[in-house]
Amino acid sequence: MGHAENKQSWRTSCTELLISVATPGCNGFPNLESKENYKLNISRDSMLLYADAVWGALRGLETFSQLVGRDENGMYYINETEIVDFPRFPHRGLLLDTSRHYLPLKAILETLDVMAYNKLNVFHWHIVDDPSFPYESFTFPELSKQGAFSAMTHVYTASDVQTVIEYARLRGIRVIAEFDTPGHTLSWGPGAPGLLTPCYLGKDPSGTYGPINPIFNSTYQFVTSLFQEISSVFPDYFIHLGGDEVDFTCWKSNPDILVFMKKMGFGEDYTKLESYYIQRLLDIVSSLGKGYMVWQEVFDNGVKVRPDTIIHVWKNNLPYAEEMANVTKAGYRALLSAPWYLNRISYGQDWMAAYQVEPLKFTGSTKQKDLVIGGEACMWGEYVDVTNLTPRLWPRAGAVAERLWSNATVRNLQDAYVRLADFRCELLRRGVQAEPLFTGYCDHEFGGF
Amino acid sequence: TFSQLVHEDDYGSVKNNVWKAVKKLRSISCLFAHRGILLDTSRHYLPLKSILTNLDAMAFNKFNVLHWHIVDDQSFPYQSVSFPELSNKGAYSYNHVYTPTDVRLVIEYARLRGIRVIPEFDTPGHTQSWGKGQKDLLTPCYSGEQPSGSFGPVNPILNSTYDFMATLFKEISSVFPDAYIHLGGDEVSFNCWESNPEVKDFMKKQGFGIDYAKLESYYVQKILDIVSSYNKGYVVWQEVFDNNAELKPDTVVEVWMANNYAHELSRVTRAGYTAILAAPWYLDYISYGQDWTKYYRVEPLNFPGSEKQKRLLIGGEACLWGEYVDATNLTPRLWPRASAVGERLWSSKNVTNLQDAYRRLSNHRCRMLR
Repeated sequence: MGHAENKQSWRTSCTELLISVATPGCNGFPNLESKENYKLNISRDSMLLYADAVWGALRGLETFSQLVGRDENGMYYINETEIVDFPRFPHRGLLLDTSRHYLPLKAILETLDVMAYNKLNVFHWHIVDDPSFPYESFTFPELSKQGAFSAMTHVYTASDVQTVIEYARLRGIRVIAEFDTPGHTLSWGPGAPGLLTPCYLGKDPSGTYGPINPIFNSTYQFVTSLFQEISSVFPDYFIHLGGDEVDFTCWKSNPDILVFMKKMGFGEDYTKLESYYIQRLLDIVSSLGKGYMVWQEVFDNGVKVRPDTIIHVWKNNLPYAEEMANVTKAGYRALLSAPWYLNRISYGQDWMAAYQVEPLKFTGSTKQKDLVIGGEACMWGEYVDVTNLTPRLWPRAGAVAERLWSNATVRNLQDAYVRLADFRCELLRRGVQAEPLFTGYCDHEFGGF
Repeated sequence: TFSQLVHEDDYGSVKNNVWKAVKKLRSISCLFAHRGILLDTSRHYLPLKSILTNLDAMAFNKFNVLHWHIVDDQSFPYQSVSFPELSNKGAYSYNHVYTPTDVRLVIEYARLRGIRVIPEFDTPGHTQSWGKGQKDLLTPCYSGEQPSGSFGPVNPILNSTYDFMATLFKEISSVFPDAYIHLGGDEVSFNCWESNPEVKDFMKKQGFGIDYAKLESYYVQKILDIVSSYNKGYVVWQEVFDNNAELKPDTVVEVWMANNYAHELSRVTRAGYTAILAAPWYLDYISYGQDWTKYYRVEPLNFPGSEKQKRLLIGGEACLWGEYVDATNLTPRLWPRASAVGERLWSSKNVTNLQDAYRRLSNHRCRMLR
């Protein structure tokens, strides 16, 4: 008391976080090579966030926001700390399915917010599929007019799509659109007559349709025009082309296809027909200057794919570790989703199983392991729409997010539980309808105080 | 029903099929009188709004009983006038409580929807949170000769226990107007009692040998007598019946153990007690896919027994235990899955066609969204 104090009190008022980004520029889009590393230095004298690129600054800001606490008097505080952080895998994604159920724009945008809180950086937009075609195409407006659940209300306009892409970009999230073909395309049929294969019952068309018809030139003209549009609408280098679960029954029933099979010398092997289609599709997309991601069947069926193709491993029939080994052994980059189908709910703390996955636990060389670029948590939409999306996604997807960002050694379940439970309460405080991990409480309850 | 018959045409005009429907309908009455939903506000606190929204949904589905499993091991949110320390010390926080006003609000909101509120104060197990605000209520467990520091079920050997229960249940009987109170009595672990020297002495004195089920029944009996003296009937979980406690004839036994529940229904009704069925309807047990069909296909009356016995099955309850449930996921987890149970309990036995049910339930779901 009374004499001049030169030393600072233990509690100095910290009012600004200085951010320094080595490579300036906020106008670009994030990509697979984007640098997300950052350093955070919190001390009495200063609070500094340093990043190579703006994407790292975003990650660092999120960390910073999680370090700020509030005491019982309402005072915000932060502990002194030094953090050097960077992601383990560059592709850390979340798949949403807007075909099995339409998801309102607001739900997608909120999901992007929470993805950013979890440092997830790829939004895999499985935008169309069998049940509905909500994507409003300017080249083929009939696709959504005839194929959406309701053309006025259950569609994504060009403006909606741009909104999503920009909202994502501002959070360092890439948007990879998936237009899955040749299977999973029933909703494409009504708006594109002649596109799908008519199935036959004996000698006559049965009235039902199957996968895209691979034998007509018109098919490839359509595909070229559509993907020309998709390539221009979605700025990311990669497009996901699907290629999964192609059912051959319809093709086998169609007389024109049988003729084609003979002409091409495919015999009875319909995987050859499938590959024929996929090959042409891949060439078309390549010529548009895009790279592609495909579901694992494309690789499993021996289709010739470009060296920079990313194979998306999703099946659990073989142990997926074996598939990861096979894909990387063949020199392709791999993305893991098989153990992370969050739509497959079950009773209890299933986040733990997701957390304990080790993406690199497969037999292979270091070179092979380097080809694993990350993974994606998938929220398929058969039983999911806006009424249950958020609680079903969070905080469970957080377990996947940490597995993909943090070091392989970060795997203590008890510690993860404490942090994830806290994080869940933080999500509630931020207004996110994240469900509980187990019994307990948060100071802020949803819809309460 | 009337509200469900009214619909909007494409231009937004409201029409109704009422008169057409009236010609087709015979008089509607329900199959079972007790059609309940269990909510658990101890594993997670449920804000009032979420309970009230749920009461609305119940009414849309003709459910008529809210089984309010209000306290349990994890927390004691019920603010008791007689024992304020119970929630002061036992609730998750001062905010995580139901004040007397809150409770009255729930009861009245339910009443206006024709829904009974049956509170459950589950003892002697499931009471960890009670011990925080009521010293000496729970049995101290022993590690050898010394107290271990942990506690077990309610201590059945002390008079203070029964004084406490008498006062508490007097309050509960006046706060909750329904004729019934649920007294729990499930899953009593005997380990702690077995470790406690005073309890062991008591067992000897009472001639119970080493049969702790007898001690459990001794306790339950005294609680049942207390509650009876307040002119309330009681509902108990099946263990109370299984362990041969002496029950009043109008006791309702709730069958919850999934293993061979039809057999249990036979036993309970053969002994002359009223039964309600919860076993196949634990909606907290989520799984991938359309599990509502599994709930819909239950036929409660499919158990061996006479007509007289079958009449003793007065209904059932869909239970949403709270270990993994709170206001963030309660509504989508409960509805429309519980609707399948609602129809099973209301509609006639021969309403079982799954495709037709799917069509109607999808529509009903869209209606509930609206």
